[in-house]
Amino acid sequence: MTKTRDESALKKLALQARRHIVEMIYIGGSGHPGGSLGAAEILVSIYFGEMNHKPDEPKWPDRDRFVLSKGHIAAGYYSVLALAGYFSCDILNTFRKLGSPMQGHPCMLKTTGVDMSSGSLGQGLSVGNGMALAARLDNKPYRVYVLMGDGEVQEGQVWEAAMTSAHYKLDNVCAILDYNNLQIDGYVSSVKGIAPLKQKWEAFGWHVIEVDGHSYPQLFAAYDEARVTKGKPTIIIAHTIKGKGVSYMEGVADYHGKAPDEAGYKKAMAELV
Amino acid sequence: MADKIATRVAYGEALATLGEKYPHIVALDADLSKSTMTVTFAKKFPDRFFQMGIAESDMVDTAAGLATCGKLPFASSFAIFASRGWEQIRNVIARAKLPVVLALTHAGVSVGEDGASAQANEDIAIFRVLPNMRVVVPADAPETKSCIEWLVQHTDGPVFVRLGREKLPVVCPNGYAFQLGKALKLRDGNDIAIIACGGMVHIALEAASALDAKGIQVRVLNMASIKPIDRDAIIAAARETAGIVTAEEHSIIGGLGGAVAEVVCETHPCPIRRVGMPDKFGESGKPSELMLKYGHSAERICQCAEEILKAK
Repeated sequence: MTKTRDESALKKLALQARRHIVEMIYIGGSGHPGGSLGAAEILVSIYFGEMNHKPDEPKWPDRDRFVLSKGHIAAGYYSVLALAGYFSCDILNTFRKLGSPMQGHPCMLKTTGVDMSSGSLGQGLSVGNGMALAARLDNKPYRVYVLMGDGEVQEGQVWEAAMTSAHYKLDNVCAILDYNNLQIDGYVSSVKGIAPLKQKWEAFGWHVIEVDGHSYPQLFAAYDEARVTKGKPTIIIAHTIKGKGVSYMEGVADYHGKAPDEAGYKKAMAELV
Repeated sequence: MADKIATRVAYGEALATLGEKYPHIVALDADLSKSTMTVTFAKKFPDRFFQMGIAESDMVDTAAGLATCGKLPFASSFAIFASRGWEQIRNVIARAKLPVVLALTHAGVSVGEDGASAQANEDIAIFRVLPNMRVVVPADAPETKSCIEWLVQHTDGPVFVRLGREKLPVVCPNGYAFQLGKALKLRDGNDIAIIACGGMVHIALEAASALDAKGIQVRVLNMASIKPIDRDAIIAAARETAGIVTAEEHSIIGGLGGAVAEVVCETHPCPIRRVGMPDKFGESGKPSELMLKYGHSAERICQCAEEILKAK
């Protein structure tokens, strides 16, 4: 599809995505609003301004791949896939309902445009490495984007995968780490600290870029830098605010996995205009 | 009689041979390529072999990524260590029904001297329970080769191929071709049936000869395909004989014996005795010593058969 990096267009898309996120989680009665809202700019920038992909040909072999390693922000993911044209926005409100393609966590067999099923943390980077190795074997130019959470790096497999990407010099892998400082049980630093993140990834052989995860210019500059960085994988540590856009959810761990009630839904929709 | 060859060695040879004809085959290993024998493929196709280091969970998910991009990955390690990636195999490979072959070696107590930590006796149970997963336990080298070729030609989701460390005699007849879901009748008889897999098949045949000497006619089925299992062959054995003895180099809980019992109980209940690893961990020792100590023997199979016949 035609890419755009026009900020006003992208802002409108992120706003639409946020409205869908709140609505589908409210109607579904469950889901993960905090992370979905917080990653809206990341998802919109990747799908509208960065990746080569064809929503009308979802299995195009040369498409860039996207792996949502933090599969619980499925509401955010589906909203952006729908806005990109992979399926109708009408089905978003079947989220988490029996028989719906909008599963609680992504399922590649049920949802058009999903390159990899996820939901169990710590695995997306390994999968992305496999896709990147396949691209190299086939001399294909496609790149692989893996979006993971901050608490997710507490999973040891992330570091196994980090070593694999660096060992194989997978410069066609671009990981994005959504650093919102919160996980289910509270602040990441109090649950089990992950700092210093930049130094850890550098020590593992990665090129590290830190950005404001709500800033389109910073995100695009980072994707561009990742693409020209050769011989090593790149990770973009994107600082975000969990729940961004809905005042009472911002920075509140409780909204990691809680649906708004009717009053909360109305308040959120009134804010998202 | 043909030379005794370990199924892992046959696997390595089959993979290297098939690699020529099928360029989409790739292999991954977790620092055990000289034991799992993926080394044979690695030497021939270095660009299509991915050494993953001692990181089994990472290995199976990397294989999944390769599979989504048109590759046919064979991921190998010892069965016990790859079991560490069970949740990865469940949530990423099986749930998405990806064509990944988990060719895992060193199954059962016949691993020997390395002891309990290396002897997988639970793997059939934990992989058999996964939706979309197929489970295959070849009994000898030719069957292993035939099975690997069959799987390359029929990629319909993931499969666990269970392979052994020790050399095994050839038990399958010349010209036999593996077919998923089909048992191979190695000996016919209507007094009692022995259903075996893997390294217990030749021992089952030994037991059948001993029973035959006592005038007992034994049916022996090689049940290489544990999932899908050959229900018809099991039901026929249940109907036509006094009972079934199962024999496997795996825990008697949840493996071949469990799978056979599930079919029999729901269709034509008959006496069943399960020969295999009791609900215990193994230990160090020579493979032959361990096989005897933990009841993986022709004597034990005969004893079970005679118990069934006596109670008739």
